[in-house]
Amino acid sequence: MPTSTAPDADTSLPGKIPITLTVNGTEAQLQLSPWVSLLDALRDRLNLTGTKKGCDHGQCGACTVIVDGRRVLSCLTLAVMKDGAKVTTVEGLASGGTLHPVQQAFIDQDAFQCGYCTSGQICSAVALIAEGRAKSADEIRELMSGNICRCGAYPNIVAAIQQAMGRA
Amino acid sequence: MAAYIGTPTSRVDGRAKVTGEAKYAAEFNSDGLVYGAIVTSTIAKGRIKRLDASAAKRVDGVLDVLTHENRPHMADADQAWKDDVAPEKGSPFRPLYDDGIRFSRQPIALVLAREWEIAVFAATLLDVEYASEAHVTDLYAERDKAFVVEKPAKPRGDAPRAYAASEVRHEDEYFVPVEHHNPMELFAATVVWEGGGKLTVYDKTQGVQNVQRYVCSAFNKKPEDVRVVSAFMGGGFGAGLRPQYEVALAVLGALALQRSVRVVLSRAQMYGLGYRPATIERLAVGASKDGTLNAMTHEATAVTSEYEDFSRNDTGWGGVLYNSPNVNFVHRLARLDVSTPCDMRAPGAATGVYGLESAMDELAVALKLDPVELRLKSYSDRDRNEDRPYTSKQLRECYAQGAAAFGWSRRNPEPRSMRDGKELVGWGMASGVWEALQMPAAARIVLTANGHADVSCAASDIGTGTYTILAQVAADALGLPIENISVKLGDSTLPDAPVEGGSWMAASASHAVIATAEEVRTELLAAAKTIENSPLADAKAEDVVLADGKIMSKHDQSRAVSITDIMRHSGADRILKEKKHEFGEDSSHARNTHSAVFVEVKIDEELGIIRVTRVVSAVAAGRILNTKTAASQIIGGVVWGIGMALHEETVFDHRFGRIMNANIAEYHVPVNADIHDIKVIFVDEPDEKINKLGVKGVGEIGIVGVPAAIANAVYHATGTRVRDLPITLDKVLG
Repeated sequence: MPTSTAPDADTSLPGKIPITLTVNGTEAQLQLSPWVSLLDALRDRLNLTGTKKGCDHGQCGACTVIVDGRRVLSCLTLAVMKDGAKVTTVEGLASGGTLHPVQQAFIDQDAFQCGYCTSGQICSAVALIAEGRAKSADEIRELMSGNICRCGAYPNIVAAIQQAMGRA
Repeated sequence: MAAYIGTPTSRVDGRAKVTGEAKYAAEFNSDGLVYGAIVTSTIAKGRIKRLDASAAKRVDGVLDVLTHENRPHMADADQAWKDDVAPEKGSPFRPLYDDGIRFSRQPIALVLAREWEIAVFAATLLDVEYASEAHVTDLYAERDKAFVVEKPAKPRGDAPRAYAASEVRHEDEYFVPVEHHNPMELFAATVVWEGGGKLTVYDKTQGVQNVQRYVCSAFNKKPEDVRVVSAFMGGGFGAGLRPQYEVALAVLGALALQRSVRVVLSRAQMYGLGYRPATIERLAVGASKDGTLNAMTHEATAVTSEYEDFSRNDTGWGGVLYNSPNVNFVHRLARLDVSTPCDMRAPGAATGVYGLESAMDELAVALKLDPVELRLKSYSDRDRNEDRPYTSKQLRECYAQGAAAFGWSRRNPEPRSMRDGKELVGWGMASGVWEALQMPAAARIVLTANGHADVSCAASDIGTGTYTILAQVAADALGLPIENISVKLGDSTLPDAPVEGGSWMAASASHAVIATAEEVRTELLAAAKTIENSPLADAKAEDVVLADGKIMSKHDQSRAVSITDIMRHSGADRILKEKKHEFGEDSSHARNTHSAVFVEVKIDEELGIIRVTRVVSAVAAGRILNTKTAASQIIGGVVWGIGMALHEETVFDHRFGRIMNANIAEYHVPVNADIHDIKVIFVDEPDEKINKLGVKGVGEIGIVGVPAAIANAVYHATGTRVRDLPITLDKVLG
């Protein structure tokens, strides 16, 4: 059962494209192949490993970052498509030594265990609150369902978001 | 001593996790890091006839392609590949060892390149020709060839005869499919080439010392040349108990190139690792008309691989939970052309108790007896399997408090009798049981003159809360504020710890810290006595405690010397103690945790959509070190139980011996919208026999019983008994 790869397959690489990203308020100039995802650009090129890779297929939400105010799956986003964009990652939420209210609420409500989905959960929650869409616990559950937590911290995640919304 | 123990202390590693500072295995960088991409087999059994990597090697940026033909040397003997928790019987899998294919998605090549994307691209260019052989991956096709493994519990009486003579009987089979752990973090290893033959290995593992020994024996390295680090792990659930192949591949890559190498599995490739084995649970339970249990047979038939015998205790839990005079337990394994199963949250119990507690519910229905009543009728104050008492067993309280909190007394026993609008309402319950295991472990404490203590141990915190509970225990044992305690974990160079699993780490590591703190106290007392006119001049070790940064008499708190003063006087800037703690050998008592789980489901009568709207889990697990993190463990276990009952199933296409849903869109795990009200009750369970702190551990008990309680609630709601998991809407409507 041979695979279909021909020995004379095209092995050439795509060229690199210059882009500028403003990540957590800091401008970064990058030379990237078009196949580099925003996630890998953050993790491997900018050493911002707070944004997590859980599936690389847009199925788990661990890679969620905020791009120009919107929740975005960075694994499904090619970095070159975001030339000039403003990106906020989990590293950019605290101001000085003070945690963002959502970060603090996640600690207070024990809204994580292993911590691996946490960056994506927090970025989703921050943008969700900014969107002003989630009112009830049921709405929070529905709108946070793109972020899988395999440790099963869901009830505490809902409680944390309610706390950050001032509705605890 | 108990300012922090037992309190809902927030995680001490919380800040690192909410800011993105906590680093996981694939997040350590090194100059000239090389990225590895794995190629896996497309057939389930056979061998590689030809593997042509020439096109891949032509790609600019590809440094090498490792296969079984050109890899660096690794050990040949099975023993060299047996890790601390490998099955006793078998020949462990080793990647790129030879041309043999033992399971679909087996790694067959590692493409090494200077960028991740280049490695992944080049990996698509391999030309592989296989010689396929006939394979079997279907448990039902092989069940007749299954062989009996060592019995987990001895038979008593004559179960078949007693069953035949029982007035009320129930016999049936229950099926649990293959399930995969799917931790959020992809399995990954970053091997840093330190030069001089030394390697620092950042690996996703639940046991850094297990991986360290494995790497040393498989690659003939000296112990001092290999350091394994896993300070944070993005979920394990058992998948990281044994060293997985990413670490062997990353080491191979580093040895081949003499450079630092990172290997990360794709989500699909993680379905080629271990899993919860598909298991057929056959139960036969018989009782007299009043509900007194008379006979119990529990036979499990589970999957293992062709190359290792993996089995866990599925049967026998009924002999721990209930008092039946006639019991028989049998465990069989069927060899399939799949990778070896591995431990997955409450291995054996999650599956076995699902069968047992489903059968008990069916027996209650046949008896027209309340399910809680049935369980109380045969409640056992002794572990009948070993005929010994428990160190503690407050399961009766779990039933009582759980039922009260749930409102169980308002249940109409008739199926389909309760509704909420267009939804049928079902209430079900089940018991849970797990072992309270404890292992030898060591800790190091460095106490400095300013009253700070560094506490360290090789144990991993896989999200369970080990950092936090050890900080609490150390703060109490040393009499210091918790802010003055720093805990370091997950490094093979730290004092010995077992792998993190089986719910044993809380008891094991906390007693190591207690024992080490006692050594610190002894040294402080000796030093305090040398001070002129010491208020503790005649104090004995058992008469003093550490509190408020001082060592003081238990009887007279005014007789005290501060740590700072002692250090100043002795001229030392720190006290360093390291101590290994072992629990006494004592098999006179059974050590178990217990739970009673009460569940409400609501099922759309027309569409069959099932929602678990309420869960009450009442748990008896000795002393709870941290009520916040322990409750999270139980909530997580309940969420896992909901997934097991309603969502999770690894689906094979047996024609190809290949998993069809190797991703987390088609392998369903619970998402936020699936989870509703979960209430956790910790029943008071003082236990002075089990260990000094009375700790039992809570990592597994949360899942046990949940799938059965849900299945029982689904029956109560619909009148339809589904005996194969997951309970999907088609099965309810059918």
